[in-house]
Amino acid sequence: MAVPNDPNPKLAEYAHPERLVTTEWLAEHLDDAKVVVAESDEDVLLYDTGHIPGSVKIDWHADLNDQVARDYVDAEGFAALMAAKGITRDTTIVFYGDNFNWWAAYALWVCSLFGHADVRLLDGGRQKWLEEGRPMTTDVPSPAATEYPVVPRDDATIRAFKEDVLAHLGTGPLVDVRSPGEYNGEVTHMADYPQEGVLRAGHIPTAASVPWKRAADDDGSFKSAADLRAIYEGEIGLKHDDDVVAYCRIGERSSHTWFVLTHLLGFEKVRNYDGSWCEWGNSVRVPIEKPGYPIRP
Amino acid sequence: MRAQLQEIVDEFAETPKSLRLAILLDFANNLQPVPDTIDRDALEQVHECQTPFFVAAELADGRVALHFDAPPEAPTTRGYAGVLATGLSGATVDEILDTPADFFVGMGLGELISPLRLRGMGAILARVKRQVVEKSG
Repeated sequence: MAVPNDPNPKLAEYAHPERLVTTEWLAEHLDDAKVVVAESDEDVLLYDTGHIPGSVKIDWHADLNDQVARDYVDAEGFAALMAAKGITRDTTIVFYGDNFNWWAAYALWVCSLFGHADVRLLDGGRQKWLEEGRPMTTDVPSPAATEYPVVPRDDATIRAFKEDVLAHLGTGPLVDVRSPGEYNGEVTHMADYPQEGVLRAGHIPTAASVPWKRAADDDGSFKSAADLRAIYEGEIGLKHDDDVVAYCRIGERSSHTWFVLTHLLGFEKVRNYDGSWCEWGNSVRVPIEKPGYPIRP
Repeated sequence: MRAQLQEIVDEFAETPKSLRLAILLDFANNLQPVPDTIDRDALEQVHECQTPFFVAAELADGRVALHFDAPPEAPTTRGYAGVLATGLSGATVDEILDTPADFFVGMGLGELISPLRLRGMGAILARVKRQVVEKSG
């Protein structure tokens, strides 16, 4: 039998309430054998300083990315990771993390590339859990290894590559979820990091600017369904059947927006361009829009 | 490179990959708070770090004292600070300035921490060097 959904009335307003759980719900399901709680953070050491009891750590860089090519782990690598974390194909995975669940949403999105069915986010993430004084531990669980099937990664449905975005220009909406400074091309590189920077600043032509943070309240939880609709449907006019592509700098903040559009608002076709500005702003002869300049090339 | 810092780099390099983050966490946990004698305004924010992070280098009798402040929710940054505090506190100006900008590459953290985050260590060192140059000039 499937793990029941969180019946919280705030969640019921979203298109897919089964994709979110509240801290109250999670506190009551920590011992549920069908639930695995996974923490994914910006800070690679944060889990080790204390985490939700029983939760496992899934690191975006070391666990989810290929260590040679700029890509995600392959089907075998993903199956091995899930097996090591005690996750079966039927497990309900509840992700949470720091920084407004950026990396939790990213990890959830990567699991969705492999078609893991029951993935949920903890509304408010690590921040809300801590602010409510809920228990934390430094005990690291040692889950018994499971059998997780080797399932091919689907890179077509919810993932967009640079070529897809080029073909998409002029045919469907793009959402740039970076800060206004990044969108307007005011930020070119960070001091002391020229080699990490991007060679060109600006945004992909036609992209609307909706910084990811607009979807979140200050306590880390998502804004209400009505507020989210006002932003994405009202302000920039997205429609449920639009073919939408979201991007940021390396794909983590846009995973957050992908989650909002897909699971909270119920959009049918949203893709995350994980190459994002780090790829686009370094690519030769792709069009860039920057306020005050004509679009080039 | 200063012997005390080289020892730390070697300790990381010689530790199995699976335990290297635990060492960094020890450095994070052992980072000393900024003493009350330090004027908080003397702390310089390192904007490259993704979390609030402050550094102050003091020079007295030709030796450098380093003070760092980073919140508990940024243990990796605290760990970087702890490595530098342990490896470079009490160093001479020349020892600070001679520290290679990429000294941390040899620690073997590259497989565990993404390149952009790892370079935060270099950004902190760069601030330390600049403050030392300003105060010794």
